[in-house]
Amino acid sequence: MDTLLRINDEHLKELEDEAVYVIREVAAQFENKVILFSGGKDSIVLVYLARKAFWPAKIPFSLLHIDTGHNFEETLSFRDNLAREFGTELIVKYVQDSINEGKVSEEKGINASRNKAQTVTLLDAIDELKLDVAIGGGRRDEEKARAKERFFSHRNEFGQWDPKNQRPELWNLFNGRKHMGEHFRVFPISNWTELDVWQYIQNENITLPDLYFTHRRKIFSRNGTYLAWAPFMQLKPDEKVFEADVRCRTIGDITCTGVTLSKAQSLPEIISEIAATRVTERGGRYDDKRSEAAMEDRKKEGYF
Amino acid sequence: MKINGKSKFKSLLRFTTAGSVDDGKSTLIGRLLYDSKSIFEDQMEHIVQSGKRLGREELDLSLLTDGLRAEREQGITIDVAYRYFATPERKFIIADTPGHIQYTRNMVTGASTADLAVILIDARKGVLEQTLRHSYIASLLDIRHIIFCINKMDMVDWSEAIYSGIKTELEQLVIKLGISDVHYIPISAKYGDNVVDRSLNLDWYTGKTFLRLIETIDILKDKNSQTPRFPVQTIIRPHTSEFHDYRGYAGRVAGGVFRPGDEVTILPSMIKSKITSIDVLGKTLSEAIAGESVAISLADQIDISRGDMLVSNDDFPVISQDIELMICWFNERPMRTGGKYLIRINSKEAYGVIKSVKFRMNIDTLEEDLINTSVCINDIACISIRTAKPIFFDCYKKNNVTGSMIFIDEGTNETMAAGMIL
Repeated sequence: MDTLLRINDEHLKELEDEAVYVIREVAAQFENKVILFSGGKDSIVLVYLARKAFWPAKIPFSLLHIDTGHNFEETLSFRDNLAREFGTELIVKYVQDSINEGKVSEEKGINASRNKAQTVTLLDAIDELKLDVAIGGGRRDEEKARAKERFFSHRNEFGQWDPKNQRPELWNLFNGRKHMGEHFRVFPISNWTELDVWQYIQNENITLPDLYFTHRRKIFSRNGTYLAWAPFMQLKPDEKVFEADVRCRTIGDITCTGVTLSKAQSLPEIISEIAATRVTERGGRYDDKRSEAAMEDRKKEGYF
Repeated sequence: MKINGKSKFKSLLRFTTAGSVDDGKSTLIGRLLYDSKSIFEDQMEHIVQSGKRLGREELDLSLLTDGLRAEREQGITIDVAYRYFATPERKFIIADTPGHIQYTRNMVTGASTADLAVILIDARKGVLEQTLRHSYIASLLDIRHIIFCINKMDMVDWSEAIYSGIKTELEQLVIKLGISDVHYIPISAKYGDNVVDRSLNLDWYTGKTFLRLIETIDILKDKNSQTPRFPVQTIIRPHTSEFHDYRGYAGRVAGGVFRPGDEVTILPSMIKSKITSIDVLGKTLSEAIAGESVAISLADQIDISRGDMLVSNDDFPVISQDIELMICWFNERPMRTGGKYLIRINSKEAYGVIKSVKFRMNIDTLEEDLINTSVCINDIACISIRTAKPIFFDCYKKNNVTGSMIFIDEGTNETMAAGMIL
């Protein structure tokens, strides 16, 4: 698969043109708009694409971060700096608040995660901020339920996705019309693959959190996935914490984001590593391993 | 037609696959991904686990593409699924669409963005009504390249005679449909013959394997290259001291080439002006070609809004309220003749009334039905509409972007139909 490195990146231009077009459609078709910002590379790329779409004007969207409280610390400072640099408003909503208000209860047990609880906080934020659209960095190559996702994805008044009754999407004609209380999720980089994202980051000199590059970290192994260790995580008796050189392939809630053993220090090294890898990036996502249709089920409820 | 040193061929190939449940379409895609090493270990693990759960004996590669729970359980494809893979030659986007007649609309959706259509035929069954249907939809959506995969050659003893018979029949069909670039390959998706690796069982076939063909097939970027069209999506006005007077018209070039210095006419106002610059993120471009998202600035202060279009002074689109078009109906509720719908064409919206149905296409026989002209879900028909205000458009075969539209129900906001202007 190292031959993939020789692939020319002319197609990135077409993907960029498409994404910029979609982002501009969002600006034209909706009123209250945010970019869902996780601190991960896909949402960072989205912010850069949005800047490209509206330059020299500012990005006409706020950034919304749903904070599980279980973050890699580095992502928060990165997030704050990025919002400052781009002059966009940053809105943060906390899963802990939803828990305190009794809207959702904390999962219990070894595999406890706030990943699912995020949906409650997200839907509340959409309601409270009267958002009619939230732009996300989801890609169809990530997961099989996502492969069915539209660019303009309708959500009913409960924030739910109905995969069997989606609006047809033809050519470049996007229908963002909706009733009061409904909203849309829009995915401008639907057609990008993980490798496309990395190649684009390299071509455009996009700055990423250091977590994506090799660093020394305390980790442990669970069901074949390496997880970053944090003080609030419960270990099973046979799980041992040890130090290793790792990097993140995705960045999300720390409790379910797997890390990969890697010594890749630069973008070219990461790209060759990804081109040669035999596991998808969500293969390290513990949240997807819960069941066959884990993502489909969460998306139906209103997940990202 | 090499443009500024850019290659004239596309390095990103979008193709759609059509075929019925049993034709092995999902298996072909699964095989393509598997043999080109684009299936990852965790996906493979999933397929094996799902297959066991569903009691499949052999490795069922179709489980890879059927993403929704209901699809896996019922073994059918419900909706369009998009798949991605790359080889050193090219990057591919596959729109995998269900082939049953009740899913004509999904096939139309998948075909709307495709450069190439792959149509599967069961070698045991030969050319069926659905083959006609799939081929017709490809030609209706102006797909200029078709690959017919004659599949399940393993079940007809790898017979060259059977393959040749089917091929001859297909050759008649494509002449009738006027499709220019057509290819034929005998394959066995299940066993991988001629998908990625050359088949020993089909040694009488000397052409390219399926993967080699899609890697090398020349797809020109020339679609929509003739007529300069720039629909305005949104206006960029920074209101900052540095860019106080900046006013950029943001959009994606829908046809032709635009360069600074070009004289243009703005529709519908018919005012003329001159392009002063074309920008993307601080970079000034010497030209913008079809497909590129840019911001264009003009020499004069003119009132321009979303839905307006910049065109060249000597090549205008049609400007009219009366439009004749082919439509594919998408919704459970049938089309109402005399009914009013919201029409979206490029960035423009207008109300339109269905005036009449000229004929309904019988897509299994390719005959025009002049008697039964009620238009229901999955029907394809030729209709005429009248819009509340003049709109500007090209015929679909001349420009796929300025010649296509969707119909929206104002009450439910659903997308009801897709239209291709004649």
